[in-house]
Amino acid sequence: MAVIIYAESDNNTYKKSSLEAITYGKDLANKLGTSTIAISMGTVGPQNLGTYGADVHIHCTDNSLSSFNPQTFANTISTLANNNSGDVFVISQTYNGKSIAPLLAVKQDAALVTGIVDIAETEGAFTVKKTAFSSKAIAHVELTANKKVLSIIPNSYKIEENGTEVSTTEQQVGSASANTTIVSTHKETGKIPLTEAELVVSAGRGLKGAENWHMVEDLANALGAATACSKPVSDMEWRPHSEHVGQTGITIKPNLYIAAGISGAIQHLAGVGSSKVICVINTDPEAPFFKAADYGIVGDAFEVLPRLLKRVKEVKGI
Amino acid sequence: MKILVCVSVVPDTTTKITFTDNDTVFNRSGVQFIMNPYDELSLTRALELTETTGGSVTVITIGEADTDPIIRKALAMGATDAIRVDASPKDGMYVAAQIAEQAKEYDLVFTGRESIDYNGGQVQGLVAEMLQWPLINVATQIDLENNEVVASRDIDGGREVVKSSLPCVISAQKDLCEPRIPNMRGIMMARSKPLNVVAATDKYDYTKVSKYELPPAKSGVKMIDAENAEQLIDILHNEEKLF
Ligand SMILES: Cc1cc2nc3c(=O)[nH]c(=O)nc-3n(C[C@H](O)[C@H](O)[C@H](O)COP(=O)(O)OP(=O)(O)OC[C@H]3O[C@@H](n4cnc5c(N)ncnc54)[C@H](O)[C@@H]3O)c2cc1C
Ligand SMILES: Cc1cc2nc3c(=O)[nH]c(=O)nc-3n(C[C@H](O)[C@H](O)[C@H](O)COP(=O)(O)OP(=O)(O)OC[C@H]3O[C@@H](n4cnc5c(N)ncnc54)[C@H](O)[C@@H]3O)c2cc1C
Repeated sequence: MAVIIYAESDNNTYKKSSLEAITYGKDLANKLGTSTIAISMGTVGPQNLGTYGADVHIHCTDNSLSSFNPQTFANTISTLANNNSGDVFVISQTYNGKSIAPLLAVKQDAALVTGIVDIAETEGAFTVKKTAFSSKAIAHVELTANKKVLSIIPNSYKIEENGTEVSTTEQQVGSASANTTIVSTHKETGKIPLTEAELVVSAGRGLKGAENWHMVEDLANALGAATACSKPVSDMEWRPHSEHVGQTGITIKPNLYIAAGISGAIQHLAGVGSSKVICVINTDPEAPFFKAADYGIVGDAFEVLPRLLKRVKEVKGI
Repeated sequence: MKILVCVSVVPDTTTKITFTDNDTVFNRSGVQFIMNPYDELSLTRALELTETTGGSVTVITIGEADTDPIIRKALAMGATDAIRVDASPKDGMYVAAQIAEQAKEYDLVFTGRESIDYNGGQVQGLVAEMLQWPLINVATQIDLENNEVVASRDIDGGREVVKSSLPCVISAQKDLCEPRIPNMRGIMMARSKPLNVVAATDKYDYTKVSKYELPPAKSGVKMIDAENAEQLIDILHNEEKLF
């Protein structure tokens, strides 16, 4: 028995969500009375995974793992699990994680639950909490198969850094070559990926036009936040589609979500409603978003955003 | 080119979610059901592709007879025929097993990025692995070139273009196309198109919902005067300690 965690890296550093997954895996292993094995592929990051709760760290060096393919990555994790009696799998629900988890579940004949937001209950039935109905509900799901694949939503679990460092074992697993070919990759550079951001500044149609977004970007930059937008804003191409949050966009769960000039339609809330602290700026005191907010300012975003920016700079001394 | 499009039937996006039987069952009464928005996109793209290259589009739903109106809508949009696997879908694994069972004769299986009811985002990967076909997940563009699929897909912080041979499984993300709206002629024709009801194969019983809860409600909004907007930053910094 062992808990296997996939440690995903990007740009030669482990993703924050992977470190969350390792702490999650460690806490789960403690409950189950077993240990953790972290598996990395392609590149390793500078962090020592032991710090976050890995008891063993295996790094796979096969050439076929230098670029992402769902099948080769799932195969590798599956093979290593078989070699090390792994039976519970913890995967962070990044884009890659979403593709790996179901493949792994079939390979391992395991129960699969995605969208998990909390640690598993292991006394009695093995139960996890997952988001359902686009964040409008939480389902308690029992996993009745012996093996289990758990896909955890980023920003749902707090990283602990009190583990002891481990050394990395390098291995070739000999997985087959990829069944898809990557033709090209385009990444926004120098920007905080929205799915991983702890702080997010977002704006909607109330901002009137793309030319006014410097107010949003300036505040985000000062805070170290990512930027997001409502659906009509990306539909009108004021902002790139990758910033669109909500039911039909990205679902995020940051610690802070500042929404300026967004009415708070139910489909918008579906993507952001589980943010920890929500601040709403809107000229209309009746805007539905205020009902879902922790802090609200009835006011003109064109006046409020620059004042917030000025204060952030003062507070941070920048 | 034979494309199988998987369609799930979900509560309308504005539905207020409630539960019955001690919070163990989703309350369907009074709920308006729609075609999963991502499946509308994959169906539209499948129709566009077969209209240029030739072929057929079959729609598949795992559901009970009450899903038939949505299947008819898919036929009205232009699908050739439909399969309904007559069962109450238990979970993603169960649904995927039913789809994999029916998919073997097809060149492509299209799904949505996720079903907006249980938000699994899993059926596509499960089907791909059950069939041992390649998976292209979260695709924003799908084209066919020389019997290969070329697709653009979302990745963390960007996009990539991938190529795959056929057969393969592809899941649709927004931006793929504008969903097609059935016209009168389509609606008339849909009535006589084949909707084949088949029995489910009993596979996988690995998960079970024991309870539902609503997310914790916000304790109420604290309003800050626009004249003192700076206070918000002070609270976020000093009290909430967010930065
Ligand atoms: C199937 C479906 C899926 C959908 N999916 C999504 C989704 O994923 N994400 C999403 O966001 N929407 C989605 N929508 C659309 C959603 O219903 C709303 O139409 C949309 O969220 C509204 O965007 P908005 O708040 O930017 O614009 P509006 O609703 O037009 O709101 C603009 C707000 O700005 C305020 N305002 C105006 N001027 C100012 C100012 N100077 N300062 C401050 N405030 C100002 C106004 O009072 C108003 O509240 C979906 C809809 C459907 C039917
Ligand atoms: C924990 C859990 C509990 C559930 N409980 C119930 C329940 O009590 N009653 C009930 O009726 N259903 C239930 N379902 C089933 C649900 O309604 C879906 O039909 C199905 O399980 C897929 O859900 P998902 O979120 O995993 O799909 P996803 O993996 O998000 O779906 C991705 C894609 O797969 C395809 N797909 C998904 N479902 C179907 C389908 N049914 N037919 C055809 N194609 C499909 C679509 O193309 C969809 O875009 C449950 C699902 C889960 C995960």
